[in-house]
Amino acid sequence: MLEKMIFGRYIPGDSFIHRLDARAKLIFVFLFIAVVFIANNWITYGILVAFTFLIIRMSKIRLYFLINGLKPVVILIIFTFLLHLFFTREGAVIFEWKFIKIYEEGLRQGIFISIRFFVLVILTSILTLTTTPISITDALETLLNPLKKWKLPVHELALMMSISLRFIPTLMDETDKIMKAQMARGSDMTTGSMKERVNAIVPLLIPLFVSAFKRAEDLATAMEVRGYKGGEGRTRYRKLEWAAKDTIIILSLVVLAAVLVYFRS
Amino acid sequence: MKREIISLQEVTFTYAEEDENVRPAVNNVSYTVYEGEWVAIVGHNGSGKSTLARLMNGLLFPQTGQVRVFGEALNEQSLWETRSQMGMVFQNPDNQFVGATVQDDVAFALENNGIPFEEMVERVKQSLVKVKMSDFMNSEPHHLSGGQKQRVAIAGAIALQPKILLLDEATSMLDPQGREEVLSTVRQLREETDLTVISITHDLEEALLADRVIMMNQGSKYAEGSPEEIFQRGQELVDLGLDLPFAMNISRLLKTQGITLVAEHMSEEELVNDLWTSHFNK
Repeated sequence: MLEKMIFGRYIPGDSFIHRLDARAKLIFVFLFIAVVFIANNWITYGILVAFTFLIIRMSKIRLYFLINGLKPVVILIIFTFLLHLFFTREGAVIFEWKFIKIYEEGLRQGIFISIRFFVLVILTSILTLTTTPISITDALETLLNPLKKWKLPVHELALMMSISLRFIPTLMDETDKIMKAQMARGSDMTTGSMKERVNAIVPLLIPLFVSAFKRAEDLATAMEVRGYKGGEGRTRYRKLEWAAKDTIIILSLVVLAAVLVYFRS
Repeated sequence: MKREIISLQEVTFTYAEEDENVRPAVNNVSYTVYEGEWVAIVGHNGSGKSTLARLMNGLLFPQTGQVRVFGEALNEQSLWETRSQMGMVFQNPDNQFVGATVQDDVAFALENNGIPFEEMVERVKQSLVKVKMSDFMNSEPHHLSGGQKQRVAIAGAIALQPKILLLDEATSMLDPQGREEVLSTVRQLREETDLTVISITHDLEEALLADRVIMMNQGSKYAEGSPEEIFQRGQELVDLGLDLPFAMNISRLLKTQGITLVAEHMSEEELVNDLWTSHFNK
């Protein structure tokens, strides 16, 4: 199940999108969220979809792979579509059967909201698929840096994030090991009633927590020994480099916004 | 006389200060480590050897006695300067890997010490070459073996160009191959630089590589001397809960079977030489 989830995973590659500065991609996604709301008719939504496909092409991620990975989100999209379909009561009635009445506006709204949802999810997935988690963390740290003035512990938050990311596979392995060890001792996690299954998780979680705390302590010691004393006076090994192409991608969004404003009704 | 690097003088440390029934983890221990030496501190579990490691780099401070590093007393002020001169590798390969990839991890200590970017890149590269891990620059820790992770940890430690490398049970969680990788890396580093190595271990094979062995028992220093001197104690070591080196075990067993050997051999090579010539000597 976990292998199929593409949300938050990184696919190595060397496309134009892969090579963009992580900061540019982050800013792009945040601005895009705002830009999406400019669209309000068929032409503008059409432009949005076309723009999204252009980005997918540029990222060189296979469309099939992308759609397949977004299956869990598709259910959510269908659900919102149906909600709008049945509960918007404007415009002419286009379909009527017993107590169900579908209005023209409902259908339109349903489709628009679904498109909006769809392009947003696709673009955020492309962000995580083409950017290593560590670069995203770095980008967040630099972008949030001005907030230090208001005592936001930006460096600490970024370090916490990168350490958690680094320990995910380690803890996954550990969970797997504990699970097998408990199964070998006769613990059954796959059958029985809901209550029994929840109870079977307890002997899995407790050893996991114990070892996670042990790891945290070891890690803290190791960090201290290696001279970690907070963000003050630290230099950075990872350098983010803003290039012309990063400015271009942000500008493309400005152009998109202008076009959308022109065509919106 | 060689320059003194670390010296402990009548150091006593207890984890439970208020409880007098608890035996101090380290009791009145003194020793001196000189520049360029490889010193092994051996002892069974709970003998106080890991506490010694923590006392030497200021993770713990002794209740009585003094720890001196480079001739100066280790205290809160000199702590960070001392740590930048002392690389340390711990037991668990996973729990000391801070960076997301190999190169990030090696750079961690450099970042902490404010080394400029250009120099950092150079030093990360060099350190990884030294431990033969330069092909794995971008690998993530969960794709590496235990021995590889420990070599990365060593690279991270030596990137700061420290005077001392402190190995706290660094090989105890590794398979034989990983152990050999780590130990040969350390041996090679010693040949190239004047690194002082202090290895804390319960593995006497590892202690064989040292110039000097300090043996701990129940928190006190039990014996000190060259590996030969220490291993001559034979049965005494076994009684103290240490495993004798493989070759030594075999020679002892051969002797009990009535096979005459020249001596109890510490290394496999000596044993083999003795065995294949033993027939001619008759």
